[in-house]
Amino acid sequence: MDRNNAIISVKNLVKKYDDFTAVHGISFDVYENEIFGLLGPNGAGKTTTLEIIETLREKTSGEILVNGYSVDKDSNKIKGIIGVQLQTAGYYPNLNLVELMELFSGLYGSDVKPMEMLEKVNLQDKAKAKYKALSGGQKQRFSIATTLINSPKIIFLDEPTTGLDPQARRNLWDLITEIRNNGTTVVITTHYMDEAEQLCDRVAFVEHGRIIALDTPDNLIDKLISSGFERTKEVKKANLEDVFINLTGKEWREG
Amino acid sequence: MSKPYNHTKATLALAKASFRSIMRSPSAVVFTLAFPLIFILVFGFLGGGGIKVKLAVDPQSDVQNPIIAALSHNPVVNLVKDKDQGEIKTGLEKGNIDALINIKKNEAGKPAYIANVQYTSASIDKGSILKSVLNNLMYTLNTRDIVPTVAEIKESTVEGRTYRTIDFILPGQLGFSLLSTGVFGTAFVFFSLRQTLVIKRFFATPVRRSSIVFGEGIARIGFALLGAIFIILIGHFFFHFTLINGVVTILNMLVLAIIGLIVFMGFGFVVSGIAKSESTIPPISNIITLPQFLLSGTFFSIDAFPTWLQPISRALPLTYLNDAMRKVAFEGAGLWDVKHQILIMIIWGIGIYAVAVKVFKWE
Repeated sequence: MDRNNAIISVKNLVKKYDDFTAVHGISFDVYENEIFGLLGPNGAGKTTTLEIIETLREKTSGEILVNGYSVDKDSNKIKGIIGVQLQTAGYYPNLNLVELMELFSGLYGSDVKPMEMLEKVNLQDKAKAKYKALSGGQKQRFSIATTLINSPKIIFLDEPTTGLDPQARRNLWDLITEIRNNGTTVVITTHYMDEAEQLCDRVAFVEHGRIIALDTPDNLIDKLISSGFERTKEVKKANLEDVFINLTGKEWREG
Repeated sequence: MSKPYNHTKATLALAKASFRSIMRSPSAVVFTLAFPLIFILVFGFLGGGGIKVKLAVDPQSDVQNPIIAALSHNPVVNLVKDKDQGEIKTGLEKGNIDALINIKKNEAGKPAYIANVQYTSASIDKGSILKSVLNNLMYTLNTRDIVPTVAEIKESTVEGRTYRTIDFILPGQLGFSLLSTGVFGTAFVFFSLRQTLVIKRFFATPVRRSSIVFGEGIARIGFALLGAIFIILIGHFFFHFTLINGVVTILNMLVLAIIGLIVFMGFGFVVSGIAKSESTIPPISNIITLPQFLLSGTFFSIDAFPTWLQPISRALPLTYLNDAMRKVAFEGAGLWDVKHQILIMIIWGIGIYAVAVKVFKWE
C-alpha cells in the first residue's frame, strides 16, 4: 500500500458518556480515495466514532482533522465536504424522492438536478415514490444518493448493507466501488466480513472503544495464518452465498 | 465548495418541503380547514333567520280574509296550512307549533270576522310574541278608516349593520383553527422529525438550526394563512360575514392571524419538548387548546360567563386574538385600535418562547 495523503486524521479520540467511556483514545488515518472499513461488534464504538468525525456529536478529547479542517472550529466547512448516511435515518414525511432531493440540494446549497442524482443510484423509476414505499436496498441507495448531492470528498456509510438480500448487497458494493472510482473517499462500517474483504482497502477492528488491529484485509488474514491458525473445516471453492447467487441470478430485483 | 453557503436557500427549501408535507397530511387539513368550516356551516345556517313563530291555520278556518292576508306577509309569522287537526294538536303539545288560529265569518254582521287563537304552554315565549303581533295587526286593520282621537304612533328603524351569528362565530373559529394548527402541528412535526432522526440527518448538512425553525415556521404560517383566507371568503360569500373595509380588513385579520399563530407555535415547541412519546402529545396539547376553545369566547361571549370565570378567560391569549379579530372584522378597527390585544399576545409570546428555549430538544 503506497502512503497516500491522510484526508481524515484521528488522534487520541476519547468519548465519555456520564459513567461510560464509549471511545478510549483511538487514533487512525483515512487516506484519500480509499475505502476504509470500521469493523467490530455492536457497541464497540464504531458509530460514535463516525458521528464525532461527522460533527454530529461532541468529543470528550482528542484531535480530528477532516481534509485539514478541525472538527472543533470548522464543523460547518466539514459538513460541506462530507456526505453522511446514518444507520437509521428518516426522511421528511409525505414527500416523494424528487422532492426529498430538492430539499437536500437546498440544505447543501447546491443546484443538482434531482433526477440526475436518482439516476446515479438507479432509482429514476421510483422518482414519484415515497421513501417509506421503497425496499430495503432502494432505501439504502436513496440514502447514498443524498450523500452525493454536494459532490463530497468523503462519504460515511454506517452499515449500509444490513438487512439486504445477497443481490441487493452486491448491487450496493458495485455502487460504492463506483463512487470511490469517481474520486470519493469512503468510510464504511459493516458486520459482514466478506463485504469488508471484498470492498475495503484497509480495515480497522474496534473493540471496547479501542482499535485492536488496522491493516489491509490481505495482511490481516496472512498474519492470522502465519500465527498457525487453521479453519476447522476445509474451505471449498464456493460457499452457500455463491450457491444462492448462482440459483437466483445476479440480477437485482425491486421490492 | 466554490460559492458561499446560502442560508436563505436552505430555509426556503425546508419551508417548501414542509409546506408540501403539511398539504398532504390529513390531520393538518382536517384541523385547520374542516373543523372550523363545519362549525361555521352549522352556525351559519342556524343563525340565519332570527325569530319565527309557527302559526297553524285550522283546516276549517276561512282563509280568504284580510287577517290571513296580513299574517302571510308578516316576516315573523310562519303560517302552517297543510296540517290536519291531529297533527296540529300534537304539534301544539310538543311546542313544534306555537299557536293555532281559526277565523270565521261573523254571521251577526259586525265585526266581520272572529279570530279564535289558541296558544300552547309548550311555547310561551313565541306565544307572547304572536300575541303582540296579532294585537298590532288587529289594531291596524280595525282602525284603517278611523282618525285616532288621542295619539298616533309613527315608527321607524335606524338602518344599522346586522350583527349576524357568523360575525361572532367566524373569528372565534378562525382563532381556534390557528390555535390547533399552531400547537398540534408544531408539536407533532418537531417531535416526529426528532424521533425519526430526520433532524439528525439535517444536522449532517451545513444547515443552521435557526433555518430549520424558520423554514417550518414559514410553511406553517403560509398554510394557516391560506386556511384563514379560505374560511374568511367562505364566510363572506356564503354567510354574509361582515368585512367592513373589504380587502384591508382581510389583510388586518391576516396580520393578527400571523401574530396569533407565532404565539401558538411557541406552545407547540414547548409540547414537542416535554412530550415523552408520540401518544402524550395529544393530551398535553389538549390541555392547552381545550380550555382556550371553551373559555376564550370562541362560541359564547365571555361576558356570558360567571364572574369568577371571567378573569381566567381574560388571561388566555386566544381571548385577545378573538377579540381583536371581531373588532377588526365587524367594527372596522385598524391594527392600532387593537394594540392592547396585540400587546397581550406579544407578552404571551415572549413568555412562551422563553419556556420553549428551555425545554425544546433537538435530539
